[in-house]
Amino acid sequence: MQTVPSIAQPRPQDEPPIVVSGLGHWFGEGNARKQALGDIDLVVESGQLVMLMGASGSGKTTLLTLIGCLRDVQEGSIRLLGRELRGASANRLVESRRRLGFIFQAHNLHESLTAHQNVRMGLDVHEGVPEAERDAAAAHVLALLGLGDRATYLPANLSGGQKQRVAIARALVGNPDVIFADEPTAALDKDSGYDVVALLKRLARARGTTILMVTHDNRILGLADRILTLQDGRIVRDEKPATS
Amino acid sequence: MTRLVARLLQRLLGRLPIGWLQLTHNRTRLAAALAGVAFANILIFVQLGFLGALIESIGLPYRMMNAEILVAASDANTLSDGSPLPRQRLYQTLAVPGVAAATAVYYNRLDWKQPDGTIRTLDVFGIDPSAQAFRSAEINAELDRLKLSDTALIDRKTRNVPKDLFPSIGAGRPYQFEANNRSITVVGTFEIGGGFSADGYLVVSDQTFLRLFKRRVPGAPNMIFVKVEPGVPAAAVVDRLRAALPASDTTIRTVAEAVASDQRFQTTQKPIGIVFGFGIVIGVLVGVIIVYQVLSSDVADHLREYATFKAIGYKRGFFLGIVFEEALVLALLGFIPGLVIALLLYQIIAASTGLPISMPGTRPLLVLMGTLAMCTLSGAIATRRLERADPADLF
Repeated sequence: MQTVPSIAQPRPQDEPPIVVSGLGHWFGEGNARKQALGDIDLVVESGQLVMLMGASGSGKTTLLTLIGCLRDVQEGSIRLLGRELRGASANRLVESRRRLGFIFQAHNLHESLTAHQNVRMGLDVHEGVPEAERDAAAAHVLALLGLGDRATYLPANLSGGQKQRVAIARALVGNPDVIFADEPTAALDKDSGYDVVALLKRLARARGTTILMVTHDNRILGLADRILTLQDGRIVRDEKPATS
Repeated sequence: MTRLVARLLQRLLGRLPIGWLQLTHNRTRLAAALAGVAFANILIFVQLGFLGALIESIGLPYRMMNAEILVAASDANTLSDGSPLPRQRLYQTLAVPGVAAATAVYYNRLDWKQPDGTIRTLDVFGIDPSAQAFRSAEINAELDRLKLSDTALIDRKTRNVPKDLFPSIGAGRPYQFEANNRSITVVGTFEIGGGFSADGYLVVSDQTFLRLFKRRVPGAPNMIFVKVEPGVPAAAVVDRLRAALPASDTTIRTVAEAVASDQRFQTTQKPIGIVFGFGIVIGVLVGVIIVYQVLSSDVADHLREYATFKAIGYKRGFFLGIVFEEALVLALLGFIPGLVIALLLYQIIAASTGLPISMPGTRPLLVLMGTLAMCTLSGAIATRRLERADPADLF
């Protein structure tokens, strides 16, 4: 992926991409106020694939959206790529998100855009890249994901696995420092689910991209470098599978 | 075709033409939206056409006047209302320095009963056949024949008369009809064109006029056509006339001022002008509502995609750009069929009513600008829905 200039900015050499300390989060107001997260301390090393597990309502998605700059930090601190997110302006959060990649449970592709155009949307958010280079980069990433011959297809004409691979290409194309994935295999069958995550891991590892992935899917746990389990808003288990 | 436009837009916008791609993705909705915009355009064009025809038709008889200055009754708003002028005004007018000629003109409206029992309304001008009251060469060539009693010239553009009537008169076969218990012989034709109130015009001599309208008094015309001596500014003569004639019963204006004032009166004070103005407002409202409906439901349908783009890092301006891109596409694409159909309707209306309805070059430009403004306004209202796209809800 040499065609895409890296947009990574320098950060303290030894600071890991994600440093969370004393993080807490609440939803609602007054008596209805309910704690979603508490006392979260977490350091994620560069290039790792970290999976977040836990029952629904355990707070894993909230944690993902907080680190992913999609919610304001209420308590504690999140340092993402060397920058403090607590108290960051909405504009700063948007700027930070441009250095991230997002993969959703439903692929969330734009139905009116072709596979290639959808991938380009992941790149067009960055200014200053010449038109021809963007097209080449989008085509290159699609080819890496085995979709070189599907570039001009609309999402409606792609299979579920193909759509999810287009979504992964969209997340990868901007050379993000961290990718956030929310149950990316939920809509896929066992084999294509495993293949898609394995492919994502391989491409991310080649570039040193960190991945934070929420999943319920036991079939893909073997691919994780680290598995965190949440329960009632707290991290209750932190494992490193031997297989990785 | 759509791909070509997409490439063109991409070059123009410097980004993927997402608005265009969204619009063309759902062809049914696009067709409905364009039909809506075109409909609003047609509505506005037709109303403007009628308004323009009203203004134009008011001006037609004025433009025929062989005069620079019009002396009319002080209570007259149009050619067809107002009291007769006192007898001595013509002589007072002639005595004013700078007046080359002045001729008294009588006006009244006449019902012309057709063989089938229906009635055509004619605006009748009674003129002095020894003077050239009108510019029309056709009228001036027949002045001698008008001196014969009960002869008349008729407007060839008179609405709803048998097709072969005017060619037959032109070929030397006078046409006779009865009106006000007199038998009128039409010996020739000329051309003005009817408006919204009368179907056409009739020109007769003052003597014939007074026989037709028995209650009218000799020497008390409705207006005086004044020709100014060459080299004398009309405005100076108007001032002198105003000084010489009492303002209590006469209004003195240049013909151009008289036209403008008549047009202003009929478009703003009379129901017909107000109705057309109101029609334009309705057309704009229909357009705004249809475009808003289309754009806001398009935004609602794509909230998930927009939220995804927000997560990726796109800012508000990007989404506004999409909505305005759609608004402009709808405005431009809807305008073209709107204009074409409006032009066809103009032809049909002109042929069936004889109204001087036409498309001046500035009108399409004006309506296009209005359409762009209308669509932009609708787009601006529709973008309020964008706030509901929250990327945190995607997880």
